[in-house]
Amino acid sequence: METMSRDVAAMSGYGASSAAAGPTMHQWSPYVMNSGTVMAICGKDFAVIAGDTRMSVGYQIQSRNVGKLLKVTDKAVLGTGGHCQADTLNLQKLLRARMVQYEHQNGKTPKTSAVAQLVSQMLYGRRFFPLLTKNIVAGLDEDGVGCVYTFDVVGCLERVRVACDGSAEELIQPVLDNLLERQHQQDKPKPPPLHVDLSREDVVNIVKDAFTSAGERDITTGDHVDIWVIDASGVHQEKFDLKYD
Amino acid sequence: MSTASIAQALNEQRGGFDFELAKRNAALEGAGMKVPRATKTGTTIVGMVYKDGVVLGADTRSTQGPTVADKNCQKIHYIADNIWCCGAGTAADTEFTTALISSKVELHRMATGKQPRLVTALTMLKRLLFRYQGHVGAALILGGVDCNGPALYQVYPHGSTDYLPYVTMGSGSVNAMAIFESEYKDGLTQEEAMKLVHKAVLSGIFNDLGSGSNVDLCVITREGHTLHRGYDQPNPRRFRYPGGFTYTNGTTPTLSSSFTPSRTPAAVVGGAGMEVDA
Repeated sequence: METMSRDVAAMSGYGASSAAAGPTMHQWSPYVMNSGTVMAICGKDFAVIAGDTRMSVGYQIQSRNVGKLLKVTDKAVLGTGGHCQADTLNLQKLLRARMVQYEHQNGKTPKTSAVAQLVSQMLYGRRFFPLLTKNIVAGLDEDGVGCVYTFDVVGCLERVRVACDGSAEELIQPVLDNLLERQHQQDKPKPPPLHVDLSREDVVNIVKDAFTSAGERDITTGDHVDIWVIDASGVHQEKFDLKYD
Repeated sequence: MSTASIAQALNEQRGGFDFELAKRNAALEGAGMKVPRATKTGTTIVGMVYKDGVVLGADTRSTQGPTVADKNCQKIHYIADNIWCCGAGTAADTEFTTALISSKVELHRMATGKQPRLVTALTMLKRLLFRYQGHVGAALILGGVDCNGPALYQVYPHGSTDYLPYVTMGSGSVNAMAIFESEYKDGLTQEEAMKLVHKAVLSGIFNDLGSGSNVDLCVITREGHTLHRGYDQPNPRRFRYPGGFTYTNGTTPTLSSSFTPSRTPAAVVGGAGMEVDA
């Protein structure tokens, strides 16, 4: 599956030009990178989604306490990492409004799969001037099984067991693939089709270790992590400390 | 010795940089090759003069883009027993520049039989950096004590220098300077000076993403120097997965395996056994 390259600015026709020779063009560069990381893992009857709370521009910390997670319904949470914070806020605002509309029109809250489909539609609606947001939706599906959906910047949607997006994606994703998907571990049981086979405590500890490790080597991941666990009784929120340097 | 071999010998010993691959690399870059980038010590380095000497301070993070390359590198370099130098900028440039000047200063000390002066090291540094027009990316803080007393100099990558009572450089320089500008006083004691330099480096570590990990300090007085490597370690790892992750032998799939000794052990033909004291 082709996903959109990081250089969304070039594809949309805005942003800095390439090094091609010719007259200087003065261009508008509308994107700013605030960085940060989100990840999600789903289990048999729960899902865990986490995001660090550092927001930065270049070498400057703008805030140590900007959350990346949004509770969309009692059973679905949107996480946004590797992002432009302005675009994240805009996406969250529009999504909240669409949730209210949905409830008024249909008399019920949308299923997590519907939330994911809607996020996908909203992202693809900006196909040629994308929101610079890397999204994950985590929650419970209609059978009460944990589910995680990942998107690229223009809405390519996929249901997965584990996901990571943002600045420390390259550091964390291979570890998740190995520990939870059991990749390159012969003679170890493969996880079931829809979710991982670990307990809630193990998953939360893996999330904490992954973010701690990412904070050691990625300068834009740090301060705190919001770790939210979604189960049948609702969304349980925890804050975990990372390093401040 | 033939003329050709003399020329070759001179050529081998002329020193300086080798630009042999410059044209080839420019052509490759023009053809679209991505040039590997040097490690930068996105850094907080500081220095301060006090009553009896100089305190130098530095963080210990070195970065390659947004990635931490080294969590505990040493940015306070030795020049002479009475002169030390903090380096920011391109890591290799700060290391090689200070090592080269340290060597030249030592030769100068042996030739003159006198304790090296800061201005000697300073002049050597700025001449070298000016010659390379900023392409040697070393931003330095040179501090020490000589026959004229304690002194502190700031050296920019293009070769300009300043003589100042308190100095900061690197990406965290503004954060550290905020501390100096609000709290520096003339004639502090050694304890007060170390405390202030420590605080200035911490300001860089916590507020600048290019700086992090530990605080190193170096105190130089007329009596000598003390390098406090890991003076403060405010950023230990806070969490590990309980019990750690273990993998049993044979976890990784292998297609085949074989063992070949690097050389055949020598065979002993006949001969008596070695005599051993009973």
